[in-house]
Amino acid sequence: MEKTFNLILTGVGGQGIITLLQVIDESAFVEGYDVKSSELHGLSQRGGSVEAHVRFGKKVDSPMVSNGSADLILGLEVLEGLRESAKAGRQTKLLINDYTFPLIGAPSREEILKKLKETKKELFLVPASVECKDKLQNEIVCTMYLIGYAVAKKLMPIKKESVLKALNSIIPQKYLELNIKAFELGYGN
Amino acid sequence: MKKLLIGNHAIIQAALDSGVSYVSGYPGCPSAEIGDDFAKIAAENGVYVEWATNEKVGLESAIGASFSGLKSLVNMKSFGINVCADSLLPLAYTGTKGAMVIVIADDPSCWSSAQTEQNSRLYSHLSHIPTLEPANPQECYDFTMLAYEISEKFNTPVILHTVTRVNHQKMPVVFEGKKRDSEFKKGNFIKNHRQYVTMPPRTLEMKKELLDKVEKIKAYVEKSKVNKIDLSNNKFGIIVSGVAYLHVKEALEELKLDLPILKLGFFYPLPDEKIRKFIGSLKKVLVVEELDGIIEKEITALAKNANAKLEIFGKNLLPIIGELNVEKVCIALAKITGKKFSGFKVKDLNLLKRTAKLCDGCPYWYVFPVLKRIAPDAIYGGDIGCNMIASLAPHDLDDYMFAMGAGLGISHGVSKSTNQKVISIMGDGTFFHSGISSLINAVYNKSHPLFILLDNRITAMTGHQPNPGMGKTLMGENSDEISLEEIAKACGVKHVKVLDPINRLEFEDTVKEFLEKDEVSLIICKRICALLERRQKKL
Repeated sequence: MEKTFNLILTGVGGQGIITLLQVIDESAFVEGYDVKSSELHGLSQRGGSVEAHVRFGKKVDSPMVSNGSADLILGLEVLEGLRESAKAGRQTKLLINDYTFPLIGAPSREEILKKLKETKKELFLVPASVECKDKLQNEIVCTMYLIGYAVAKKLMPIKKESVLKALNSIIPQKYLELNIKAFELGYGN
Repeated sequence: MKKLLIGNHAIIQAALDSGVSYVSGYPGCPSAEIGDDFAKIAAENGVYVEWATNEKVGLESAIGASFSGLKSLVNMKSFGINVCADSLLPLAYTGTKGAMVIVIADDPSCWSSAQTEQNSRLYSHLSHIPTLEPANPQECYDFTMLAYEISEKFNTPVILHTVTRVNHQKMPVVFEGKKRDSEFKKGNFIKNHRQYVTMPPRTLEMKKELLDKVEKIKAYVEKSKVNKIDLSNNKFGIIVSGVAYLHVKEALEELKLDLPILKLGFFYPLPDEKIRKFIGSLKKVLVVEELDGIIEKEITALAKNANAKLEIFGKNLLPIIGELNVEKVCIALAKITGKKFSGFKVKDLNLLKRTAKLCDGCPYWYVFPVLKRIAPDAIYGGDIGCNMIASLAPHDLDDYMFAMGAGLGISHGVSKSTNQKVISIMGDGTFFHSGISSLINAVYNKSHPLFILLDNRITAMTGHQPNPGMGKTLMGENSDEISLEEIAKACGVKHVKVLDPINRLEFEDTVKEFLEKDEVSLIICKRICALLERRQKKL
């Protein structure tokens, strides 16, 4: 890979964005890339918008993705995905979990989806939360589903084996099988 | 060894590899993982870790360890240094015995800070304590190691100044990973009255000794490789410190510029000679640092002798408010060089902001709406912690919100100055941190706010740290719970009620009754943090 890969993760505090970030960081590290990431904790954690950045490639300096330079924006929630799309550049693709985290006064799901389509970006809207809830009785692992999907569709230059290795080193034994299942579920779709 | 680490974990690793055995501080974002995650591996590495009741006590705890010969690590967020400043300044006078590094984590852009966008670097000048500024996790490791070396060599505490984008930045970090013994080795306090007692006339002698020490440290800093120069023949150069270095590197690549860079690892003291040499042959220099232009002022002073014609750019092109990024640096560079940089226009989607809110099942849901309904005209004092969400919609309750424990102090003043009803809200963690002295003041000086203590059984906002009200120390040891009610009674509060706010009528009746009192009254709303309760059930 010649160019640094720039990824923005976004969602609502409590959706598991830090674990998602850890797994992607570790996967890229396993692949031998130089990795930099930046995360936010604290006040932003309690039900507010959260954003994390990951960059990997030959040599990476800044941990932050400049506006317009993301290759992929991965949204865990539609409104947050739409919000982040304001920073989408020409090459940016959007991978968004079709899930709505309620916010009084916010536009409806339909309006949000309409606006997402109007961005004219390549949009992958996937039912990660719904499928994880239906098939695994656990919504929080939708993050692993989304990684699986991104890897299978080559939205992220990372191999499946690297993610599995990363999962093994990051996820506690107790939850490992569940997370791998969610990853496989996303990978297969 | 090489592992992916965030800055905070790299600091822990360096402390371990430097032989630290005593860790204290107070939890705050973005530094809290230093204490929280150190605690998880402390016992196996022979380290003692504690969360102190506040930053001042945390620093003093480490001073005791240092005087007893132990190596220590102190950690706190920006505002913590305000709290501990009273003991920090004399510590510079006495110096340390066991080496000590103090991590101060600022939060430019206020990602997880309320009260101000603080630039804690000014304390380095005030206290004369050597200060290093790492740009990334590898430097967090390397600079912490170096900080212990300096502390040991010069018997001075050393500040490691970080920012959110360093504490929570992750990268592959190379480290030693020394094997350690699991035994906590006790030190020995050797009496040294002359060194540890700051009392005139010694005080002024000690000041002289400190200033002499700073001169020696300056000589050391001049030779240090952490103030490094990237060479280039260009007559326009950059001087940069901390995380901004990363933005500068990317910005130069973006604009295809090749400029000489002096990257300062030390913020205090500065390597004056190295700077003079660097700027000596330049025509222009851009100083890139976050928030106030402190280094810029120093360089302006140095340039008077070194290069009077030098054109100095800094805060005239870079913002004083908010963290820096590649784009902001590009804009400044483009203005100086005449290069084209249009930047990226972020679309205005005009979307409703999603701000922090109380979690589902949060005990505060049983408090704020009730207060708003039965005492809409009362003056509300807010405080730091999860309860600061009371200042946001839909609650919009707080009439003032300052610093840890400040709400009750101000409420006392409002109560004395007006005939209005005053209700002051505070969490249990904050009460232990700095609320008790305000309570004593209000009682003794006879004001009559209604004080509501929200006892959710933990220090929740910063990530569930234990506090003296819950019967467990950071290392998991049992300790007797310290009763909020007993403290209040001992402080002379006559009207105290402990209740579970889920019993709405009892809560309402008590508020109504206590609002009529002409003395300080206190309701302790005791109900466990909903997240903590869920977590405990899972275990």
